[in-house]
Amino acid sequence: MTLAAATDLAGAATQLAAATNESLAEMSNVLIYSAMAVYTLAFFAYIAEWIFGSRSKVARTAAALTPKAQEAEGGPAVTVRQGGGTAVLERPKVAVRATAGTRDVPDGPGAHGGDEQGDLYGRIAVSLTVLAFLLALGGVVTRALSVERAPWGNMYEFNITFSTTAVGVYLALLALKKNVRWIGLFLTTAVLLDLGLAVTVLYTESDQLVPALHSYWLYIHVSTAILCGAVFYVGAMGTIMYLFKDSYENKLVNGGKPGAFATSVMERLPAASSLDKFAYRVNAAVFPLWTFTIIAGAIWAGDAWGRYWGWDPKETWSFITWVAYAGYLHARATAGWKGRKAAYLALAAFACWLFNYYGVNIFVSGKHSYADVGLGALAAVGF
Amino acid sequence: MSDTTTDTTAKAGDEQGIGAAGSQLSTAPREEQPNLPSLGVIGWARWFWRQLTSMRVALLLLLLLSLAAIPGSLIPQTGIDETRVADFREQHEVLAPVYDKLGLFNVYSSVWFSAIYILLFVSLIGCIVPRTWQFVGQLRGRPPRAPRRLDRLPAHTTWRTATEPEEVREAALALLKKRRFRAVLAGDAVAAEKGYLREVGNLAFHIALIVMLIAFAWGQLFKSEGNKLIVEGDGFSNTLPQYDDFKSGNLFDVGDLEPFSFTVKDFRGTYERSGPNKGTPRTYEAELTYSEGAYGEEKKTTVKVNKPLEIGDAKVYLVSHGYAPVVTVRDGNGEVVYRNAVPLLPLDGNVTSSGVIKVLDGYRNPEGEKEQLGFNAFFVPTFGGSASGTMLSQFPALDYPVLALSAYHGDLKADSGIPQSVYQMDKTKMEEFKDADGELFKQMLTPGETMTLPDGAGSVTFEKDVKEWAGFQIVQEPGGGWALGGAVVAIGGLAGSLFIQRRRVWVRAVKGADGVTVVEMGGLGRSESAKVPEELGDLAEILYDRAPGAPGPDGPHDPDDPTEASAAAADPPASDSATESDVEPAEGAEKQ
Ligand code: HEM
Repeated sequence: MTLAAATDLAGAATQLAAATNESLAEMSNVLIYSAMAVYTLAFFAYIAEWIFGSRSKVARTAAALTPKAQEAEGGPAVTVRQGGGTAVLERPKVAVRATAGTRDVPDGPGAHGGDEQGDLYGRIAVSLTVLAFLLALGGVVTRALSVERAPWGNMYEFNITFSTTAVGVYLALLALKKNVRWIGLFLTTAVLLDLGLAVTVLYTESDQLVPALHSYWLYIHVSTAILCGAVFYVGAMGTIMYLFKDSYENKLVNGGKPGAFATSVMERLPAASSLDKFAYRVNAAVFPLWTFTIIAGAIWAGDAWGRYWGWDPKETWSFITWVAYAGYLHARATAGWKGRKAAYLALAAFACWLFNYYGVNIFVSGKHSYADVGLGALAAVGF
Repeated sequence: MSDTTTDTTAKAGDEQGIGAAGSQLSTAPREEQPNLPSLGVIGWARWFWRQLTSMRVALLLLLLLSLAAIPGSLIPQTGIDETRVADFREQHEVLAPVYDKLGLFNVYSSVWFSAIYILLFVSLIGCIVPRTWQFVGQLRGRPPRAPRRLDRLPAHTTWRTATEPEEVREAALALLKKRRFRAVLAGDAVAAEKGYLREVGNLAFHIALIVMLIAFAWGQLFKSEGNKLIVEGDGFSNTLPQYDDFKSGNLFDVGDLEPFSFTVKDFRGTYERSGPNKGTPRTYEAELTYSEGAYGEEKKTTVKVNKPLEIGDAKVYLVSHGYAPVVTVRDGNGEVVYRNAVPLLPLDGNVTSSGVIKVLDGYRNPEGEKEQLGFNAFFVPTFGGSASGTMLSQFPALDYPVLALSAYHGDLKADSGIPQSVYQMDKTKMEEFKDADGELFKQMLTPGETMTLPDGAGSVTFEKDVKEWAGFQIVQEPGGGWALGGAVVAIGGLAGSLFIQRRRVWVRAVKGADGVTVVEMGGLGRSESAKVPEELGDLAEILYDRAPGAPGPDGPHDPDDPTEASAAAADPPASDSATESDVEPAEGAEKQ
């Protein structure tokens, strides 16, 4: 029978391709496991940084906020301008001061607390994070090569891509000399959880689906969605730390005595206002990209499903997330909503993003349900 | 607006100890105390309007909108999946009527959801219009004058120079203008402002939101959407009667249908042969020839899943696919009474299909009476083999096609005037053909095989040529271009609004008591940003080159200068704090 012969032939060809793909897929798994091992080492190094940092006794926040310091009325400017025109050739220095209404608190020195050994561990931790990141990136790329498509066809792939992107964002901020090293511990913890979940619960065999049914809008849409998620995640970390640090500062201002542990941790973090600003900048910077992500999704839906907006659960939750972040940005411009209330809004918005990914994939069925069936089903909707 | 505004404005400025200089850095509406009006209707109306257009209410409406969107994602929606709504109704007899009352099956067109977004958009318009005027006013006016105490500003620097104050001011003015600040000389100081694009971006973004909403609403009102199933070789022209089903928005007019026609030349589908995604389509496309307008020239195109054919506002989507076995029916004398490709509807992913073959005219039974024939058809493109114990298809491609038919004769009641589905048979006046055991006569056929009806009633042949059909959705939704344009402007505006800092710089140069010129520079941004001191440092460095430092006593000594008082309290060698990095640009200014 000719039909059977043809099938055999096609089968042989697929098997040939399958062999290389399988070895790539295996390599990807090895890389991901190696990355997890190195992330674990980095995790311990960050912990060592925190532990050794606790030896030094920095209490600048406390110093700035205790009643004695407050006596220098008007809120002290943090830095001193040039100490008078003593020398002819000295250049002018810019003095910076907080605007009224915000507390003038110096930033903590970071997890190492100014301790040299702590700092060394911190540097080791960052190096290990870089190494783990490269391994994970290799894992993602080989996975993509093995499936011959973008690596986000199922939740396993999405998870490994997502955590790798989040670490990438962190490293990029470090490379830009932002004061973010303190995030390292929280980030590696979350990344280990995320990867652990990926390799145990969510693992999906590499499959060789080559969807001819794709659109570059889909690729743009999903990749920017992942990037936005990673950045929102970093922003949410900043927000949570802001809330803790703000409580700590409030306690100090009101004459309270925070516990030794809280003091040790909080004194090393940046000032609440810096954390708040950091979170705001991160969220604000990525908000236009999130807007673009939704629009790219709409364009793709217009091509694939015959309508660009149809209130599919995934679309709906993207919209909810978007409106929630818009609410957060508005809150920061609205008297009475600045500060903690706005921070809660930011966290709610991030919760929406998380639900959009995990919740909607698992609990809600819709056109986007690619939780386990792969991209093919996503594109093949409507058949 | 009234005096309240000015009051709060002044207060906001005073808080920073810098007077009016800090006001109006944004056109955001000021928060007003909700002092309840005692006036009549007009007073109330005005109060209500003010509330509605305040930032606080805009924020609440935004939050409400996101909350209100949630139920629609969790409860099945009529507009999205009617069968799931029907299932839900069956399972929840108590809840369903309550949900119906609350519009929860139609959240996004419900009264309450609409009320929220309409209020939000009224608020938005009420917000944009005054802000635009205010902004135009700011553009026409001049940057606000320098505050008395520049050292109260978030960024400040000063030095003494031998250069004359006028020269310093001239140099500062030239420098700021070169840096594209709007700068004016006012009294003993230069006032400059930059970053107006932020406000432009913000207004553009909010206006774009309105454009998008209107475009979307417009599209919904004038939208039309219909489906058409076409067997290879057949054609379609875009007129209402040609559609299998059709729905349209409230303001749609038949005359709005884009005139075009097309013919399906070929449908091609190939499927994954192995792996966990076996059976998933790889290629899935229909080759068409089409012509625009009534007599347009014929063109060729391929329609794929993500690639609709676009003609004017209309888009032709390939949405489904199935098989149409070609069947020939002969009467007892061997005369052909029917030959057609019969489209069958798929039941599962492997295209197990079912349908009906109806022979309406031309058939006479062995007694010579006019009669109609009907066959229930069941088709699988890949039969599992008789040993498999299943009649379901094993694969979507035509690997081992089998057609199963059961036969009826009688009256199909097709002329009763009630429109009939071509996929269902009304059996009330039909009689079964019986086999030898007295059971319903049925048979499985492979391509080329013929089944002979009992008692010389004729025969049915499953022809070798199995055709395919493609299902098309034809959607016409005007306003798409506007929505897209709005979206592009929205993103651009947003980026401008979020990434551009609006900031002010003042440079004051006056003769001190000892006859030496004291230069003071201050910078103010809308939000505290490291960029403002950085930029000020840059500017100071350049200006310093033009007006180099002069030796002097202890500098411009100011006994109640808080910065000096705090010098001891602060932590000068704080080598690694972020505050320090904020000041870095200033140190940059010190280098060279
Ligand atoms: C349709 C819903 C709305 C959305 C999605 C939205 C979104 C946004 C976003 C994302 C921003 C951030 C830009 C920035 O921080 O500069 C913003 C700013 C702003 N919005 Fe809206 N907005 C909406 C409605 C409104 C309404 C009704 C008002 C008027 C009451 C308003 C007034 C403002 C103002 C004044 C700003 C600038 C705040 C500032 O200067 O920082 N918006 N809006």
